[in-house]
Amino acid sequence: MNILMLGWELPPHNSGGLGVACYHMSKALAINGASIDFVVPYTALHPNTDFMRVHAATPVKPLQRYGLGAYDSAAAEYKSLSESDLEDLSSIRGVQKRYVRFVEQHVNRTAPDAIHAHDWLTMEAGMRAKEITGAPLIVHVHATEFDRSGELYGNPIVHEIEYQGLMMADRIIAVSTITKNLIIHRYHIPADKIEVVHNAFDVDSFLGYEYDRRTYRYLESLKAEGYTVVATVTRFTVQKGLTHFLKAAARACEKYDKLVFLLAGDGEQRDELLALSADLGIADKVLFTGFVRGRQWRDAYNVADIFVMSSVSEPFGLTALEAAHHDNALIISRQCGVGEVLGSVFRFDFWDSDLLADQIVAVATSQALKKELTENVKREYARMSWHDVAAKCMSIYQTARVGAAI
Amino acid sequence: MSRRGITLYLHVHQPERVRDYSIFDVSQQHDYFSETGNNERNNRAVFEKVANKSYRPMNSLLQKLLDTHPEFKLSLSITGTFLEQCEQWAPDVLDSFKQLVASGRVEIVAETYYHSLAFFYSRDEFEKQVVAHKQKIRDIFGVETNVFRNTELAYNDELARWADSYGFKGILAEGWDAVLGWRSPNYLYKPSGTRNIGLLLKNYKLSDDIAFRFGNKDWNEWPLSADTYTEWVQASASDSPLINLFMDYETFGEHQWEDTGIFSFFEHFVAKWLSNNDNQFYTVSEAIDANTPVDEVSMPHTVTWADTERDLSAWLGNSMQHEAMRHLYALENDVMRSGNMQLVSDWRKLQTSDHAYYMCTKWFRDGDVHAYFSPYESPYDAFLYYMNAIRDMRWRIMALHHEGASDG
Repeated sequence: MNILMLGWELPPHNSGGLGVACYHMSKALAINGASIDFVVPYTALHPNTDFMRVHAATPVKPLQRYGLGAYDSAAAEYKSLSESDLEDLSSIRGVQKRYVRFVEQHVNRTAPDAIHAHDWLTMEAGMRAKEITGAPLIVHVHATEFDRSGELYGNPIVHEIEYQGLMMADRIIAVSTITKNLIIHRYHIPADKIEVVHNAFDVDSFLGYEYDRRTYRYLESLKAEGYTVVATVTRFTVQKGLTHFLKAAARACEKYDKLVFLLAGDGEQRDELLALSADLGIADKVLFTGFVRGRQWRDAYNVADIFVMSSVSEPFGLTALEAAHHDNALIISRQCGVGEVLGSVFRFDFWDSDLLADQIVAVATSQALKKELTENVKREYARMSWHDVAAKCMSIYQTARVGAAI
Repeated sequence: MSRRGITLYLHVHQPERVRDYSIFDVSQQHDYFSETGNNERNNRAVFEKVANKSYRPMNSLLQKLLDTHPEFKLSLSITGTFLEQCEQWAPDVLDSFKQLVASGRVEIVAETYYHSLAFFYSRDEFEKQVVAHKQKIRDIFGVETNVFRNTELAYNDELARWADSYGFKGILAEGWDAVLGWRSPNYLYKPSGTRNIGLLLKNYKLSDDIAFRFGNKDWNEWPLSADTYTEWVQASASDSPLINLFMDYETFGEHQWEDTGIFSFFEHFVAKWLSNNDNQFYTVSEAIDANTPVDEVSMPHTVTWADTERDLSAWLGNSMQHEAMRHLYALENDVMRSGNMQLVSDWRKLQTSDHAYYMCTKWFRDGDVHAYFSPYESPYDAFLYYMNAIRDMRWRIMALHHEGASDG
């Protein structure tokens, strides 16, 4: 079965969970017998991808692409594709226009059996490919504009593209029931068109790495004095609910002093968060790392004792599983899809800073609680497999019929 | 051969659940048990719900059966935490229990007042709770208790020896195959190392047919009729004197809802059983008086009536549960020395075994949440609020200490 996979990023050139999910899903699909053409919007080397053909849609370099604001609601422009300049590769709409053009040329050479498009970024290309080839379009929703914009409204152009893409899709894959419900209620898509397929977690990709205690030496010295490290690894955007997290941090410190907070990542909210930590009087207890990858990224999980996912809206939340794999106790907001597949976690509503503070203090002051949480959650994610995800995708490809004409 | 008798014993209990007691409540408010919201931690709401579904209809059925059948008898154990809540929120239910006992054919069984695991942590505290329970039963029902059951039927040889020396004439335990081997639970036994005490063992197969399986539509015997069940009981007792049916009282109406037909099943079963003149009912004391022990039974390790493991692992199976109990009982001396009755009472309410049960992860982590009953969203939540209450207990002890110091 020939699958045209329309993606936006693959490791190591990924800025978040989207690329990781696409990579493992494609790999498991290839093992299941799928022949995959994977399109990315930039040019770079992708090691360990010989199970599929990776196509570069533009000559843009991966690092340039980070500046385009593909995941930051506020940064995306308000332009339709026809208004966008095909030659302007410094804007996301220009890159997307070129991406569509590339896909048009590609499907004219090789017609796929199914088109699998990931998020709004590639939905326009997906619809065009369906129009040309008549192959069924499967839209995979990892996040919607409603998620990315947090408590704000979001970009109307992006909403419009998502609405069209979801309407035109023959089948929709949502990464959680939270996301499925959002698609039903906010985009008015019939429920029976949407399948929930939770992401999985690949333990093997974390093998053979040794924690380097020097990376976060200061935090290690605090830990030696009995401090508990409470971390989050994320983009600093409104979607992530970090202001609520900082308020909870301040509340927790009122009750228990030996806490230190590690905010690993970067984003448009960084300055606001820095100022807030000072306003709350806990600036000395909050560490900002800036954008982390490689060793700094992995060691952030290693140094942490508790991982907090405070998202206002999180369709899945792969980082929670990565943190669990590094022996972190998980505290996640009820607005996170990953909570649907985990029982051994603390949950809170993203705005409930007092409850989050309570949970942080509880774990920090009880070895027994931390041990139970970290050990029990491991059994849970060990049951989640990318092969199950691939099997579900294969069955969706095989049963998808072109129902929505363009 | 003497006539065959059913020893029906029902356990009546409600815990006082800890509310969502926050770290920000610690040292500010000490009302751990006073949830008022619309949730399963609201003790009053739970009590009133169960009173309507179980206590009221079942007590009126029991009264009717006592009135109709002079041979019908049963035994009840009623915890102190139940009685206190019943006095507050459903005095009519308490009156109906008094009326049952006044028939003279309902025996009350002794236990710890707070449905606690104190036997395993503090013998002193354990005995105080047994005495308190005896006194409460005397005050309310005007009767003495002579037969003992420990919380969750948690039993071992040491407990039997304690009950023997304390003066109880009988004690209840699970009739677990791993202990009995080829022997039947349908006889009176003598616990190893005791002199004057009889051991009644639960016939768990016949008891659990009602308590656990009755309403289960996947059970190949569903729906179970009173006729069929009577046949099973007669077959089990064909050449033995006793059938010990031990179960939670709340089986009737709460664990098995009325629409399963549990009440009419029970009514018909009692009539059917007594329609044979060889059959009768015993209270626990009568079952002991009417029989002589056929053998000695030894249980060096603790056996309970819970789960397939029949051990304490649902209460003391993980480190959170051990921590919670360790910190709780570590307060014993300070709480007792304080002489503050409110503090003592709160500390004892925190001993109720249900609190530890809510922290159980053995089903939760395996994804089998159906087997798990708890008013909390997770065992971790249960632990969180409980430990906050323990912190507040410490704070109160400290505050009383400072007060005492400044006073004198």
